[in-house]
Amino acid sequence: MSYRVLNSRVPRVDAFDKVTGRAQYTDDLTRPGMLYCAILHSPLAHARIVRIDTSRAAQLKGVKAIITGRDVPDVTFGVSPARYDETILAVDRVRYVGDEVAAVAASDLETALEAVSLIEVEYEELPAVLDGLHAMEPGMPLVHEKYARNLCAEVHWNFGDCDAAAKEADLIRTDTMSSKMQDAAFIEPQAVLAETDGAGRLTMFSSTQAPHYIQRTLAMALKLPLEKVRVVKPAVGGGFGPKASCSTAELVTCMLVLKTGRPVKMTFDREEVFLHSRARHQFFHTMTTGVKKDGTLLFLRHHCILDGGAFASFGIATVYYAGSLLGGPYRLKNMIYDGYRVVTNKPACGAQRGHGAVIARACFETQLDRIAEEIGMDPLELRLKNVMGTGETTCNELYMSSLGMRECLEAVRDASGWRQNRLARRSEATPPLPPPSIEGAEDSGKGGEGKRRGIGVACGFFVSGAGYPIYRSTTHHATVVTKVNELGGSVIVESGAADIGQGSDTVLAMITAEVLGIDVADVKAITGDSDLSVDLGAYSSRTTLMAGHAAKEAAEACRDRILASVAKRLGVEAADLYLEDHRVKSRRGSLDFHSIREEFSREHFGFTDLPADGELTFREAARVAFLDCGTIVGTGSYKPPKLGGSFKGATVGTSPAFGCSAQVAEVEVDLATGEVSVLKVTGAHDCGFAINRTQVEGQMQGSVSMGMGEALMEEVHFDGRGNILNANLAEYKIPTSLDVGQLNAIIVETIEPNGPFGAKEVGEGAIMPTIPAILNAIYDASGVRITELPATPERIILTGKEETE
Amino acid sequence: MKHLIQLTINSRQYEVAVEPRKTLAELLRNDLGLTGTKIGCSIGDCGACTVLLDGIPVFSCLVLAMEAEGREVLTIEGVADGNLLHPIQRAFVERGAIQCGYCTPGMVLNSLALIRHTPRPTEEQIRRALSGNLCRCTGYQKIIEAVQEAAEMLQAAEGGQ
Repeated sequence: MSYRVLNSRVPRVDAFDKVTGRAQYTDDLTRPGMLYCAILHSPLAHARIVRIDTSRAAQLKGVKAIITGRDVPDVTFGVSPARYDETILAVDRVRYVGDEVAAVAASDLETALEAVSLIEVEYEELPAVLDGLHAMEPGMPLVHEKYARNLCAEVHWNFGDCDAAAKEADLIRTDTMSSKMQDAAFIEPQAVLAETDGAGRLTMFSSTQAPHYIQRTLAMALKLPLEKVRVVKPAVGGGFGPKASCSTAELVTCMLVLKTGRPVKMTFDREEVFLHSRARHQFFHTMTTGVKKDGTLLFLRHHCILDGGAFASFGIATVYYAGSLLGGPYRLKNMIYDGYRVVTNKPACGAQRGHGAVIARACFETQLDRIAEEIGMDPLELRLKNVMGTGETTCNELYMSSLGMRECLEAVRDASGWRQNRLARRSEATPPLPPPSIEGAEDSGKGGEGKRRGIGVACGFFVSGAGYPIYRSTTHHATVVTKVNELGGSVIVESGAADIGQGSDTVLAMITAEVLGIDVADVKAITGDSDLSVDLGAYSSRTTLMAGHAAKEAAEACRDRILASVAKRLGVEAADLYLEDHRVKSRRGSLDFHSIREEFSREHFGFTDLPADGELTFREAARVAFLDCGTIVGTGSYKPPKLGGSFKGATVGTSPAFGCSAQVAEVEVDLATGEVSVLKVTGAHDCGFAINRTQVEGQMQGSVSMGMGEALMEEVHFDGRGNILNANLAEYKIPTSLDVGQLNAIIVETIEPNGPFGAKEVGEGAIMPTIPAILNAIYDASGVRITELPATPERIILTGKEETE
Repeated sequence: MKHLIQLTINSRQYEVAVEPRKTLAELLRNDLGLTGTKIGCSIGDCGACTVLLDGIPVFSCLVLAMEAEGREVLTIEGVADGNLLHPIQRAFVERGAIQCGYCTPGMVLNSLALIRHTPRPTEEQIRRALSGNLCRCTGYQKIIEAVQEAAEMLQAAEGGQ
């Protein structure tokens, strides 16, 4: 199948505005007379609020409103209905350093900040739970009374028969992997500007990933009817998960708008981004895996504790994903999973790229590497031996309607020179790391000496859109309204879908252009507004598949209306007509469009570029349809079919399609300092069908970069009282242009039957292999197995030293 | 107490009254509506607010507005000629160097300064020059390719003259 627009490298539709500084992000918006909001945060990890005195703050000139926990509606809310545990501001009790105690609206930001500093709060400090690993132990203080043993959610799954499988195993290994709390480190901090109209309808502009869920949460938390709340997403500077949660900035800003009747704006400072968090959990995984000596995978027993911080947020889904997404991409008939998501007195964790599955994947894929070594098998061959293919179902009932896992592995094997690299490495014995010494460090400083290279491989897969919404409903997951203007010259695609930088507006415009046989430049995507359509938002890598389906259907409806009008005029069958290259064409030879052309010409639009009589332009066809039936509007929607098994929690991990990824990482380890350089990552991802090849590569490269940061440097540090020690982008290190090596992206296409034009995800599946591929390469280079992330130089040296001793 | 300062921004003369503590970033965004300059951290960690001050890239969140007195500022709004993109901007668009776009203005201005100073930068020089501008979306690969391509286009254009 050949396409005019799809599968190309057409530039993003918002690139011009972004490269000239014209794109409007939320913090760029202003309103006459708007107020500025600032929030007072708790300095303590766990305390009772004894008294709040706002009188001095209220007297400050320019202060228009102050709200505290006493003023917020008596409503708890959150992400998962069964675990609503948040209030707009802390009510009587703070649960982490940064918990929101009060908010001020003032005529300028300086005044708002000064007012916040004048609010007096008397706290009675309570013992805090800061260690997720021990949060469930008897005698620990409780973060929320409703969560006994601080256990917010637990999952117990048992698929197949692990005990029977263990009897067949030639090798059984138990390994662990732990990580640290992370930050998504999007460059645009959360920002909000809210206002009301005369009818009391609230409009909130926000740097969000999910206008629909935020609209719902605002309505619930503020006790407003849903139709009184509109959420609009301007350009968003990255989200990666946390911006799918409703932020306190959104909630208090709206409360202050309702209280003052004036527009109110708030932008988090960078420290507040870290404090509000909702980013990646801290994970503690233990996995026991059994294989035959030929490498056949037999079973996996998996135990995991997730430190979720102060609130549930997306954490229920996280604990399920951590288990369910090990069901593939390998044939694994027997799997036990026991997952525990605990609450602690730290910032709340939630979803982040590769939701729940990234550290689990790192644990499992490094374990596979150890297994390969023990049974004397090449780790890439071990994976090839076990990969699933199209049409297979995992033990937890995830159906792979397309899965190019084998193709991805073979692609990275060939493109990275895996065999030669690996053979070269095997010919040298890998020495253990020498103990750190000043001499060694000096040697490495002279260049090259004391450095060793290594290569590692890993795989992964991910959902292409969650099979179910976060609230129980049979709702459509995506709807689109497409309008063709009366001359066909501009086609407007309206959708609630959220482009947060991943490029979904371009995907919707491309699909529409393809169906209507016009150029992307003729299509304008207006999106991210809850007034335009229902779309669940940018999370779980769902937009290309789900909003893409809806956009395709809406464009097809427009096409059918237009062709029906033309066919009626000409007395031919509409089914014989099609649109291509700005023309109406017939499958049954040339048609006489004379009569239509005459009518069009009489209207004197002044077009001088009309083709010969044998051809009719899209513009003329659109005009005919408009004259017949008014504005041409097409609607489309998408709802996944019923998916998954009937066991408890079977819905999490289901998806209409699954993307998959393989990567080979090449690293250099400085044996004296423990410093790791990632020289090159060769990645192959099965995205079903690449709507936009440049954007697919961009998602793959961005995933590798984020995974690399998480593998080597990213860690939110806490002191013993729950304070974040590095709530800034200097000390919370993310990769710079000097840290990332060459990122070679290979697109694998399998044509997914459930995807629009065969397309499925790429935004998150591509991060799955990165951490373990790098860790396996570090081992290959240095002989050091890292089981605690991130693999900082210090950790590599100390682990090497322990192993030597 | 405000001070009256004169400065040139994107070839236009401005006379503005500023508090001594106001940063150049705040002046540009809040007082002059030049919101193309982005703020990601306000403390010089992320590079999103990069502008050129007398041709040198600076973090405008770390420069006081008063320090720009009598000097020339180039922001992202001044890089294109109307709707005609600068070759660096064109390369960013065509190479897919833009995703969320929040780092883009700073990246473009820093790249512009690099190419003016080093017309034929190596990959290593580009990586070094852009190492103070954080990007979380792209992994930098396509940004570096765009800068390389822009440098080549500019070289070719110069050679042709």
